[in-house]
Amino acid sequence: MTIKVLAIDDSRTIRSLVQKVMGDAGFDCALADDGVQGVARFHEDPPDVVITDINMPNMDGYGVIAAIRGGAIHRNVPILVLTTESAPHLKAKAREAGATGWIVKPFDDAAIVSVVRRVTGARA
Amino acid sequence: MSVQNSIRDMFFEESEELLESLAEGLALMHSGSHNDETVNAVFRAVHSIKGGAGAFKLSALVAFAHRFENVLDEVRGHRLGIDAEILRTLQRSADHLADLVEAARNRDEGENPQTAEFLAALNVCLGSTPEPGAADVDETFGFAAITVDLDDLGPAEATEGQSYTITFCPHPGLYINGHDPALLMATLAELGAMTATPDLSKLPDLAAFDAGKPSLAWTIQLATEAEESAVRDVFEFVEGLCDLSIVQNTATQPADTEEKVESAVAVAIKVEAPIAEVPLQPEEAKGQPVLAKSDAEVDAGNAERSGPKPTLRVDLDRVDRLINAVGELIINQSMIAQRVQELHLATDADVVNHVEDYRLLARDIQEAVMAIRAQPVKPLFQRMSRIVREAADSTGKSARLVTYGEGSEVDKTVVERLADPLTHMIRNAVDHGLETPEGRIAAGKDPVGTIYLSAAHRSGAVIITIRDDGAGLNRRKILEIARKKNLVPADAELSDAEIDALLFLPGFSTASTISNLSGRGVGLDVVRNAVTALGGRVAIASTVGQGTEFTISLPLTLAVLDGMVVSVAGQVMVIPITAILETIRPGLDEMHMVGTSDRIISVRGKFIPMIDVARGLGFTRPPNHPEPRTLLLVETENQGQCALIVDRVFDQRQVVIKGLDTNYGAVPGVSAATVLGDGQIALILDPDAIANNRVLSAANPWAGAKLNEGKSLAVA
Amino acid sequence: MKGKALQSHETNAASDVEFVTFFTGGQSFSIDIRQVREIRRWSAVTPLPHAPAEVLGVMNLRGSVIPIFDLAVRFGLSPTPDNPRNVVVIAAHETQTVGLLVESVSEILSVSRDRIQETPDLRSDNSRQSIIGVIPVEDGMTRVIDLGAVIQSGRKTLQ
Repeated sequence: MTIKVLAIDDSRTIRSLVQKVMGDAGFDCALADDGVQGVARFHEDPPDVVITDINMPNMDGYGVIAAIRGGAIHRNVPILVLTTESAPHLKAKAREAGATGWIVKPFDDAAIVSVVRRVTGARA
Repeated sequence: MSVQNSIRDMFFEESEELLESLAEGLALMHSGSHNDETVNAVFRAVHSIKGGAGAFKLSALVAFAHRFENVLDEVRGHRLGIDAEILRTLQRSADHLADLVEAARNRDEGENPQTAEFLAALNVCLGSTPEPGAADVDETFGFAAITVDLDDLGPAEATEGQSYTITFCPHPGLYINGHDPALLMATLAELGAMTATPDLSKLPDLAAFDAGKPSLAWTIQLATEAEESAVRDVFEFVEGLCDLSIVQNTATQPADTEEKVESAVAVAIKVEAPIAEVPLQPEEAKGQPVLAKSDAEVDAGNAERSGPKPTLRVDLDRVDRLINAVGELIINQSMIAQRVQELHLATDADVVNHVEDYRLLARDIQEAVMAIRAQPVKPLFQRMSRIVREAADSTGKSARLVTYGEGSEVDKTVVERLADPLTHMIRNAVDHGLETPEGRIAAGKDPVGTIYLSAAHRSGAVIITIRDDGAGLNRRKILEIARKKNLVPADAELSDAEIDALLFLPGFSTASTISNLSGRGVGLDVVRNAVTALGGRVAIASTVGQGTEFTISLPLTLAVLDGMVVSVAGQVMVIPITAILETIRPGLDEMHMVGTSDRIISVRGKFIPMIDVARGLGFTRPPNHPEPRTLLLVETENQGQCALIVDRVFDQRQVVIKGLDTNYGAVPGVSAATVLGDGQIALILDPDAIANNRVLSAANPWAGAKLNEGKSLAVA
Repeated sequence: MKGKALQSHETNAASDVEFVTFFTGGQSFSIDIRQVREIRRWSAVTPLPHAPAEVLGVMNLRGSVIPIFDLAVRFGLSPTPDNPRNVVVIAAHETQTVGLLVESVSEILSVSRDRIQETPDLRSDNSRQSIIGVIPVEDGMTRVIDLGAVIQSGRKTLQ
């Protein structure tokens, strides 16, 4: 079964990159421009994994995690946070917020695919 | 174009927008009318540029954006107050960021010498001077972390094999965060041979089973060639979400036997069950409020930000194809109309009505299509505030820019091609228009000068005005310079307006010393050429002591033109209506010969030179062709009023402009071409160029003409 | 208009290059087939002011304005006489599309690259610059046109 990815990022560039990389890896990738749209899409068509940016208008990445983890369904879907920071305290913060893992931007194509496989159990 | 390249293009396109919202946000902060969301948006703009830049390994851009973002983060967190100095630094950093983006777009890899200076200014804001380059190094290479981790997951380096005993007991949070012990173990198994033994001792009986308190634990034996760090990395995401110990087995503790492998398989199957079922519902009610709250936030946010209208991004080529097709439609429509007219039907005939409907419909479609290319002048105007800042800085003047009508829309190409002339005029306004602060105080003015920049639509044109509240033009000095440079005869009596117009002559420069800004050999003549090439005009008005105003009027679209269809030496041609004042059929007594070939005509007591268009274009009339007597009175930029001689005037109509430069090049005296109803091409004449040509040597008609590629002939 | 004359008679070897050959001013010319867009019947052109003699004017090709060159004039031969059978070879070089007026299109020639010979010394520099080389054919030779140079010189003369 094809893995469904939902990528949430306010940057068109990053969204497109994620979509391309996911597509190349054979995953389906839905996109959302901000946290609110992301949560809405999440409920419309629950994905197997969420990749979300942190700094976004309307609702930030922590808000997305809270909304998903606090939701009635699919609350344990893996959520990967895209961050430009590799600082340990930010990783800890993401983890505390309920993120499954993180991907440090700029990401390496293979790395992001590998992390997605790792948290979804999809095998190459 | 590769996907990667097209995403790269997208990055620069997006950066442009982000730089715009950055400028906009900073302007709000400058005016004091900002709120937290404004600062957040400014932060996000820089953050997103950094994120995208990182993806394309634009390290200089990343490094600068990173530091910039640090400062903005401090401002965002209210740890750094906004004062004039900080704002200045932020604004200049935004300008510099724009430069770096531009350099990256042009694949200019040279180091920008100013970067260090701006980084230093940002550091001052941060109140610390980090070790030189330390932060940048971290940022540039920091991202590699995860790449390295995962590379290690592959076939490990050929070190000798080791074995580890791992005890792993997940906390509830591990499941909440979307982890699955089975997947962790699967990842672990990629490192080498692994066996996992469940520790069922803490497993309560089914009656007491509480999914919120998972109590499974595993002891794992892993034989691998990977380093211990690679093993730990598997658990990176679950750090703090489980009890974990990883101990390297000593040689005396051999890896597990085959017997245990079997049980590991069994476990793997077993594990599935609890995980799939783990509903982990600590507080059922909690979910709803979170969502409800965020929805409310959205509404508030939208109301405040007046959310963007939904838009569709379309490849410009597609739009241009559509515009072309609509152009063809218009031509086809006029062709049919012409044929129908030739039938001389009754005006109430059905077909006549249908043709009229068709005409209206075609115009509607055309307008709608043209609107696609229309863009607000706002981004262009925003860029000008930077120009004002820089010009004021380098001249020691104080200036502010006030803009009006930023929402006015103009054809995309017009917006693009207006950037250079506008920049030049804004610089001029600060450099030459405004007085020094001392001078302004002496004149009883605010020491801070104001440059007003406005855009407005007026009857099918967009009017852009650039006004300063400076000293006004020094006409005596202008005249003096013009005389010194032999631009006007020493004894010429010129009106104020005529003196002002001298500024547009090539080679004119009022600055007695070439300043850093307006120098570089660029004068207002270049501005006018650029505007003329867009089918527009520039006018100047000035009041001593009160300032100078430049008015640029431009067509809303470059794709169609209202033209007079005429015939010249047997060729059908089009003359832009905007240039034509009136059509004259003079009596013989009104035309006079001057010298052997020049003729003039008196129009209401004024003598106006007559220009034979056919001769000007180098076309000859058939021998027995009657002497043409139809004159078009036109207003030209350099030669004042002229009367163009044409053979015949047909009618006035809107024509679709087709460039000649796409497949050929610039043609003297011709600005473009159009396709007529019969499919024939008609040239669109440039009256200014034709009038200019008249004053040049007849033997070598275009000797002095400068051909700017892609532009019509402008000033000789 | 792609009549029989344009059918290739030879098979296409990988290293072969195909040329469209045509006659004008009594000489045979050819142009790389990849540059040819279509062959059209002659139709009236709109003359351009101050254009060099080889530029006959501009023609409307489905909404695009394209210049038409008289190849014969370009190569120092006498102007191609008016004839309803004249054809226009529409060809593209980089982003530019132009028309070449010729008397007739003869065939598609498929030759291996090494059969293209260097241009012998020609008296006229003008001609030489616009010829890439010559290909020997049964009844003589055909000159391979450098379309870019033809276009370039048409514009240079103008300036």
